[in-house]
Amino acid sequence: MAARSITGLVLKRLVSGLVTLFIVSLLVFVGTEILPGDVAQAVLGQQATPEAVQAIRDELGLDRPALVRYFEWLANFVQGDLGTSLVSGREISELIGGRIEKSFFLAAIAAVIAIPVSVGLGLLAALHEGKFTDKGITISTLIFVSLPDFLLGYLLLLFGAVKLGWFPALSRLSDSMSFAEQLYAIALPCLTLALVTSAHTMRLTRSAVLSVMNQAYIEMAELKGASRRRIILRHALPNALSPILNIVMLTLAYLIVGVVVVEAVFNYAGMGQMMIDAVAKRDMPLVQACGLIFAAVYVLLNLTADILSLLTNPRRRRPK
Amino acid sequence: MTRFLKGSDASTFIGALIVVGFILSVFIGPYFVPYSEVEISGSVWEPPSSAHWLGTDNVGRDLLARILAGGQMTLIVSLLATSGAFLIGVPLGISAAVIGGWFDLLVTRAVDAVMAFPSLILALILLSALGTSIPALLLVMSVLSSTIVFRLTRAVAADIAAMEYIEIARLRNESMRWFLFKEVLPNVTPTLLTEFGLRFVYSAILISSLSFLGIGIQPPYADLGGMVKENSLAITFGRSAPILPALALAFLAIGVNLIVDGLLKRNANLDLHK
Repeated sequence: MAARSITGLVLKRLVSGLVTLFIVSLLVFVGTEILPGDVAQAVLGQQATPEAVQAIRDELGLDRPALVRYFEWLANFVQGDLGTSLVSGREISELIGGRIEKSFFLAAIAAVIAIPVSVGLGLLAALHEGKFTDKGITISTLIFVSLPDFLLGYLLLLFGAVKLGWFPALSRLSDSMSFAEQLYAIALPCLTLALVTSAHTMRLTRSAVLSVMNQAYIEMAELKGASRRRIILRHALPNALSPILNIVMLTLAYLIVGVVVVEAVFNYAGMGQMMIDAVAKRDMPLVQACGLIFAAVYVLLNLTADILSLLTNPRRRRPK
Repeated sequence: MTRFLKGSDASTFIGALIVVGFILSVFIGPYFVPYSEVEISGSVWEPPSSAHWLGTDNVGRDLLARILAGGQMTLIVSLLATSGAFLIGVPLGISAAVIGGWFDLLVTRAVDAVMAFPSLILALILLSALGTSIPALLLVMSVLSSTIVFRLTRAVAADIAAMEYIEIARLRNESMRWFLFKEVLPNVTPTLLTEFGLRFVYSAILISSLSFLGIGIQPPYADLGGMVKENSLAITFGRSAPILPALALAFLAIGVNLIVDGLLKRNANLDLHK
């Protein structure tokens, strides 16, 4: 009975996740359609001849109703046909292909570094609440949270690459590189991303653990004389697991946004750079494709966080 | 003001000092710098000297004058965007909490949909369509930032709307407008003030990131993020020109965050005495 209801709840979440994805795709489409005039005019600018504008309109089928175009776009997208870029005329799936792997590689390595370190430090701060270690960690995370991503990026670039020459300033990846060489090439952007996300994760972990430690049953365990070690491992950690898992997923989601700025600092040829280019050139089909992919990954990560927290926290399974 | 200082700890005081210092220098500072922010007064990327305290930028303008003007731009744009976010979020949040029903459901769902996006990505999508004029930027930033303001106002207002004195106000048949602005709003204010600080930092970093990516404030105007972009190549020569404007932004953000942190702690203490 209990097992069935969990499956049911998870399924319900999956369905609501799908609905969110659908709404997000609708917003991406509407978002790029709200310009005064239409895409054709925007791409060609004010001086365009009416014939040229009409040619693009025909190519994109802009004379048909928006709703029809939306469903066509979505249906094609789901089947892997992302359309063609207006600027380069190439298939978008082809353009995105190599880029998406590069961004994913960067974000994955940054996550592998950032998550254990920041969750560990967050725990450490929580266990030493109010003491020097905690204050040190809290103040430094407050400062790190306030730093714009590009400041950290340029500081690392100036000191790590230019002044000390330890790392390459240009983060170029090529297929002929070994894994270690690739790691070395992305060391600085990766470190930047890890630092930027760690601060958030640390703060969240600290407050999640502290909110568990302030519960009445922890006081009870203290009163009955359980050792601090036992309280933390046996009583606090299982209950803090659900929020921490949630935080890890949020960190991953945060990495997606971080990637865009960090790629720009290091001229790293990933998805983020491509999307910025597309926005600057008003290459609408490409903006839509990149935007939808970024948003979909973000929605899926949040959905995973939700489902994990459902699985690790029995209290959430009961209807109120 | 003195009561505010008495009740706060050292870090709040430092935060207030940083913010006041920042505001004073970007508004008064330009009168003391002998160069204007558009005047070419040296060669490209000069190192700091007695003539140019922070050196010069990518076309030989005085970097200090540029940073002061850019700081002013960042400050004003972020303040406007944050005010916009509150003008959208607060009335919607209070109305959703008080009216409830289908109105509440509709607005909440719409806000959820916007929040399902990473905000930078949504900003990029909207700006690719709207273009990067300053009104378009302000609109996009306000809307993105208003989602959290809405959620917060709705939550706090819903708590208050369930209290007895509100029930009495309802029973006395007070008009909706009176009810919202005289009974609910004053009680939501302390929470909203803290949030204003957080939203301000968010806006300042968002607009700077957008400008840094080339999609924010366009030349001839420039904010701190745009200056980082203009000077980004200097880094390969070991010059700190792109770092200084970013540092100015970081100072502002740290200052506001320190104040907010102090306010949050104080509010938490108040909660304990209830």
